[in-house]
Amino acid sequence: MADFGGTDLEAFRAETRAWLAENYPASLNTPMGEDDAPWGGRQFAWKNPDAKLWLDRMAAKGWTAPMWPKEYGGGGLSKEENKVLEQELRNIRARPALMSFGLWMLGPVLLEYATEEQKQKFIPPIIRGEIRWCQGYSEPGAGSDLAALQTKCEDKGDHFLINGQKVWTSYADQADWIFCLVRTDTTKKHEGISFVLFDMTTPGVEARPIKLISGSSPFCETFFDNVKVPKDQMVGKLNGGWEIAKRLLQYERQNISASGFGGGGGLDLVEVAKKEIGVDEQGRLDDGDLRARIAAHRMDAHAFMLTVRRAEVESKASKGPSAAVSIIKYAAAKMNQDRYELMVEAMGLQGLGWEGEGFAKDELAVTRGWLRSKGNSIEGGTSEVNLNVVAKRVLGLLDHQ
Amino acid sequence: MAVLNEEQTMLRDAAREWTQENAPTTALRKLRDGKTKATFDAPTWAEMGQMGWAGVIVPEEHGGSAFGYLSLGLVLEETGRTLAASPLISTALTGASALMLGGSDAQKAEWLPKIAAGEIVATLAVDEGSHHAPEKIAFAAQKNGGGWVLNGTKTFVLDGEAADLLIVAARTSGKGTDGLTLFLVDGDAPGVTRTHLSLADSRGAAKIAFESVEVGADAVLGEVDKGWAVLEPTLDRARAGLAAEMLGTATQAFEVTLEYLKTRTQFGQVIGAFQALQHRAAKMFTDLETARSCVEAALEAIDAGQDVRATASLTKARVNEILHLASIEMVQMHGGIGMTDEHDAGLYMKRARVAEALFGGTTYHRDRYARIMGF
Repeated sequence: MADFGGTDLEAFRAETRAWLAENYPASLNTPMGEDDAPWGGRQFAWKNPDAKLWLDRMAAKGWTAPMWPKEYGGGGLSKEENKVLEQELRNIRARPALMSFGLWMLGPVLLEYATEEQKQKFIPPIIRGEIRWCQGYSEPGAGSDLAALQTKCEDKGDHFLINGQKVWTSYADQADWIFCLVRTDTTKKHEGISFVLFDMTTPGVEARPIKLISGSSPFCETFFDNVKVPKDQMVGKLNGGWEIAKRLLQYERQNISASGFGGGGGLDLVEVAKKEIGVDEQGRLDDGDLRARIAAHRMDAHAFMLTVRRAEVESKASKGPSAAVSIIKYAAAKMNQDRYELMVEAMGLQGLGWEGEGFAKDELAVTRGWLRSKGNSIEGGTSEVNLNVVAKRVLGLLDHQ
Repeated sequence: MAVLNEEQTMLRDAAREWTQENAPTTALRKLRDGKTKATFDAPTWAEMGQMGWAGVIVPEEHGGSAFGYLSLGLVLEETGRTLAASPLISTALTGASALMLGGSDAQKAEWLPKIAAGEIVATLAVDEGSHHAPEKIAFAAQKNGGGWVLNGTKTFVLDGEAADLLIVAARTSGKGTDGLTLFLVDGDAPGVTRTHLSLADSRGAAKIAFESVEVGADAVLGEVDKGWAVLEPTLDRARAGLAAEMLGTATQAFEVTLEYLKTRTQFGQVIGAFQALQHRAAKMFTDLETARSCVEAALEAIDAGQDVRATASLTKARVNEILHLASIEMVQMHGGIGMTDEHDAGLYMKRARVAEALFGGTTYHRDRYARIMGF
């Protein structure tokens, strides 16, 4: 490995800073709204052409996937260099160049489990944001008990034939391809599952949006009716998909948690509470009970941030996951939900606007965000399932017989 | 667990082995059931002194090892596991911190070597009522020729009866955090009367009355009327260190309970197979992990010389909460046996409540955190 001592890293920092100054489009120097998210893919309508330009420039350097190998179009950066890149991007408040389930979830498992041909075929388009992926995991009868999935995949000699239904498929109606868990052996539970990739335009695939309590439709029901899939699009071994599925879920939980579940419409809870409720002569929020509960929540968030940092430091030192990692998804979901509940409470009816006049854009976002946050303890493994995992795998408690 | 260097790992391992061997909960029971009113066992303290635990944060030129607060926290965590009663908090942590932060060269040279050697007990006399409230100190000190005369009462002073050196926070002018002054007072000075307060955790504390206690100008620790500049950071060090001890207590309570969940059977299975108990255990583990992050961050920040006011309050409040929970669940999950004096659960719960109240309860620190954060 190269020596990334101070001098080399400082040189890398200087180069990076110069490159960003040259290449980050000025028109992106505003906060990114939810409708500006750069998902990419074949059908994506770029609202701002500069956002596409930013993606292309970053992708050309491999910096949408900075630590992936250069041979597949990644940036090939070391951990230390990547940290510098992240710092420099943060310094200029750069928008993400690309948001992508391919980058966050699929890519890492392809690098680990796919054949060389599959890597060559699928990884570069992920890095360039050309193919937008969705995740075909949950089914109506297989949510928390994911391994109970029934979507049937039959070997028809020169191809696989898939029939069944998925649900909670995020953005299935806008995705180009799907990574999908299918049942290839009905006699076994976990050992009868395989991991396949296919194009969403294949005949027999249909995605129908599901409207949520927040009024939006990020999720779909997805139906497969005699879908033909080429056999070289199975990743890993036949009936060996569960191991890949679990690994991918780790990446998913990590990503969901690391995001801290977003902001709260860009509003600061304390500022909002002060504005809507007022302060006493000592400058304290003029509602002692709410103030105490906001303080308790802020402490949760502070403790959570310190825990994420500790887990990083410990993982790096021991070259393995820290015990603290196992609680992060559960804690992050709870924290985000608490923040939204307090936000709505602090704002009073102003925080419950649905649409139209009388409400600012960020106020309306709070209402939607509050409702959306209820999904945090369900998606990517329910809080109950996460607590089960901690109880069994970390604490060593047994199953009920 | 923080990433430890070799010295720290050795210190922690030695502390774990020694406390489990030499200061288990049976030692606390002996102290409780004994005839004396001692708040700790003197021979145990003497051995701790010989092992260098009293001088972990003390600079080398004053006879300490200067390993820092994170290292002292490792020792405290281990003594917290077994509820080992000692003056580590009062002397090695709080007393040493106050002298290091505010002491003149002469004061440091006189007292720190004795603390580091475990030869004396020092303690901070700050509270005057049932709740920790250093901002409301009323205890009076008045100019008396070249020196000062102290009048008033301090209460819930840790190891107050045994203390050779009292560090007394007094009001010399003003109000609130302005006009406070710290004084070094001999524990046996004329006019000092100490009364034992027997607390539920079997360690106790003292009420100390000062009646026209005269001290010289050289007894002032730090600057006259500017005692808050020493007192506040001293208290934050005390809070973070006590939190490390409490983390050990909570961790032990949790682990003992977890072990019970794996062995106690009802309805034909171990009770730990019931999801209702599994989820409570997993939530406790979550709180323990985040509390540990806070303790380590606070101690590391002290060692790095950073402003630790917010982190110290965060840490004390979070650790108060997890220890409170772990001690209740220890009793509940053990069922009837947890209610008996024979079982240790009661000892942990009693220690938990006393430690929660020391140097500020949860509401105190939640309020302080909010103020520091500007709301």
